[in-house]
Amino acid sequence: MAKVEDELGRTALDEEVEPTAAAEIAAPPEILAESLGEYIRAWGRRVAGGESGALPVVLALVIIAVAFEIWTQGLFLSPQNLVNLFIESMVFMTLGMAEIFVLLLGEIDLSAGYVLAVAAGIAGLLVQKPGPNWPWWLAIITALVCSGVTGAVWGLLVSKLHLPSFVVTLAGLLIMWGVMLVILGNAGVVSIASRILVNQHVLYQIVWGNIPPVAGWVGLAVLSLLFAGITISRDFGRRRKGLVAPPPGLTILKIAFFVAAGIAVVAVCNVNRGSSLVVLAGVPWVVPIVLVVLLLWVVLLQRTKFGRYVYAIGGNPDAARRAGISLATVRTWAFALAGVTAGFSGILYLSWQGGTSTNVNGGQYVLYGVAAAVIGGTSLFGGRGKIAQAVVGGLVIGAIYNGLYLQGVQVQWQLIATGLVLVGAVLVDTLSRRGTLSGSATRI
Amino acid sequence: MMSPVPGPEAPATGAAAASSLSPASPPLLQLRGVDKHFGAVQALYHVDLDLPAAQVTALCGDNGAGKSVLTRCIAGIHQPDHGEILWNGKPVHIRGPRDAADLGIEVVYQDLALADNLDIVQNMFLGRERVHRGLLNEDSMERAAAETLRNLKVTTVRSIRQPVASLSGGQRQAVAVAKAVMWNSKLVLLDEPTAALGVVQTRMVLELVRTLRDHGLGVMVISHNLNDVFQVADRLAVLHLGRKVAEGPVADFDLQNVVQYMTTGSAHR
Ligand SMILES: Nc1ncnc2c1ncn2[C@@H]1O[C@H](COP(=O)(O)OP(=O)(O)O)[C@@H](O)[C@H]1O
Ligand SMILES: [Mg+2]
Repeated sequence: MAKVEDELGRTALDEEVEPTAAAEIAAPPEILAESLGEYIRAWGRRVAGGESGALPVVLALVIIAVAFEIWTQGLFLSPQNLVNLFIESMVFMTLGMAEIFVLLLGEIDLSAGYVLAVAAGIAGLLVQKPGPNWPWWLAIITALVCSGVTGAVWGLLVSKLHLPSFVVTLAGLLIMWGVMLVILGNAGVVSIASRILVNQHVLYQIVWGNIPPVAGWVGLAVLSLLFAGITISRDFGRRRKGLVAPPPGLTILKIAFFVAAGIAVVAVCNVNRGSSLVVLAGVPWVVPIVLVVLLLWVVLLQRTKFGRYVYAIGGNPDAARRAGISLATVRTWAFALAGVTAGFSGILYLSWQGGTSTNVNGGQYVLYGVAAAVIGGTSLFGGRGKIAQAVVGGLVIGAIYNGLYLQGVQVQWQLIATGLVLVGAVLVDTLSRRGTLSGSATRI
Repeated sequence: MMSPVPGPEAPATGAAAASSLSPASPPLLQLRGVDKHFGAVQALYHVDLDLPAAQVTALCGDNGAGKSVLTRCIAGIHQPDHGEILWNGKPVHIRGPRDAADLGIEVVYQDLALADNLDIVQNMFLGRERVHRGLLNEDSMERAAAETLRNLKVTTVRSIRQPVASLSGGQRQAVAVAKAVMWNSKLVLLDEPTAALGVVQTRMVLELVRTLRDHGLGVMVISHNLNDVFQVADRLAVLHLGRKVAEGPVADFDLQNVVQYMTTGSAHR
């Protein structure tokens, strides 16, 4: 009987809601628009309707940049500091990418910060001499494999035994903290700053080595041509075949934006940030390296079955199960990939710091990673988010960290500022989710 | 796994009369003496039911009558305790949703198995994506999805690339149905397809059900709403406390005696 009442209640609620206006808000503008003007208007309607997309985070980044620029009297946006900021942000970005793999499933990985620390420790120890003195690439692969296996273990516990990921990875945080202390031993410090030992030097150069300025421009030109070629052939190809495609103006705008951003980054990095005697210029190697990882993960999540299933499970696990998808397999792999990516950020950390020690605050790093993802726009509730959002989110965190540091502000204020930004991001996420939920409740 | 390959298909159009009258082609699916119990609860008791091709069979019954259990037995989610299921006249064992899908049986569940965050194309191909050199073949999937929707005369969606969350209830139901029928299915089971819909959207879904029938598919619709049933069904069956108490062409019934069958299990004709 209760069921009848329920159904009657829902029927009464529903009546004749033909959601034309609502649908225009919830649907991405690029698929409904025929021209750039129409696109911008559709986008405006979406923002007005509470679906603001990337707007808040980009605005936040601009506000932060302007504020610090004024506060530091021009120091913040100086080329030298911007390069520092890029470098500092890389660890946050990659940790954010790691978290997005599991956040998309509606899970979380709290162990990532200490997985980073252990990976840094493993890679650092393996290139010691006297010591193992492994080739640098083997040290990296070993660290990544260990991180991936660790993630897979959390994934198996979550997916096979149905334990909450919060608890599993909280235990993982403690375990990996302990492991880090064990492998770093009594000394508690590992350095890779030797300029003579090739394997150490290569690791060090990941972050501190620069691409020669001319090569940087050539690389950007090649990259821009590739990007333009792929984007145009895809968008216009789809348009020609009568499939859903963004308006041509938008395609051009996307390419222009990519090229402009590329030019800005290369130009900033190619300014001499050394002295007139010792020239120090060029894009740090870490930038294209992170770009490649980003590209790999974008393809994996947007263009493969695995990625599709990650989104499906995050959106509606029952639907995924009924579609014959193995939830346990996809979840385990997602945790493993989160582990690998956290390990990768460990390699970057090792290179950035020229070594590692037992002082790595993995608890704080993992929160920065989650914050980078959420600030970038990834939902904590699963199903919504893009791996590239970690880049913007990581930049925001890097900017706060860097700007307050420049001003000599104490670490406690960095923590408080980052926390406030995170609360703001979660607020945006929750409000927009509530918006879509109440919207769809009237539409069911 | 499952025994015989489905035999020659029933003729695609105008088969409504032929398939039920001609003895040469048995109904698409037949249940014979199906029992199903859960512990002490006898959910189905010796149920016989015919689901012919190119006809809409409505399954009526009060809450708890066993309609959903019967659907799940056909879908392979439950195994009957006794009795058999015949597909084109030959006994089959449907051991899981995969077996059902292989035969050509698709179920549209009451709660719609759609992921809100995915778009229409992604939902329609969920679990059966087309890939090309390891990467999703979006163009091919989009074309196929568009064609299916066109065939079903689902034309109200603005773009098949919009997320399902932005659709109306009727549109969502239409996508769920389209998802079910795009795999060469021969029998579609719809569990309460109009339960939560308004008048306009209900009309749209019923129209879709008729389109499926006109394409030669067998359709079983579960519904509480007898108005809907009389609008769309060719045949009608009533379950009462797990027993089938009536079955026949819709012309043999009227609103009054169906209600009597549903509530008391018997009626004066
Ligand atoms: N999985 C199950 N386990 C135990 N009892 C069940 C199960 N599924 C259905 N039943 C029982 O079987 C009977 C028929 O249920 P159902 O088929 O859902 O009814 P309806 O006709 O309303 O769809 C009910 O008494 C219900 O409680
Ligand atoms: Mg039911």
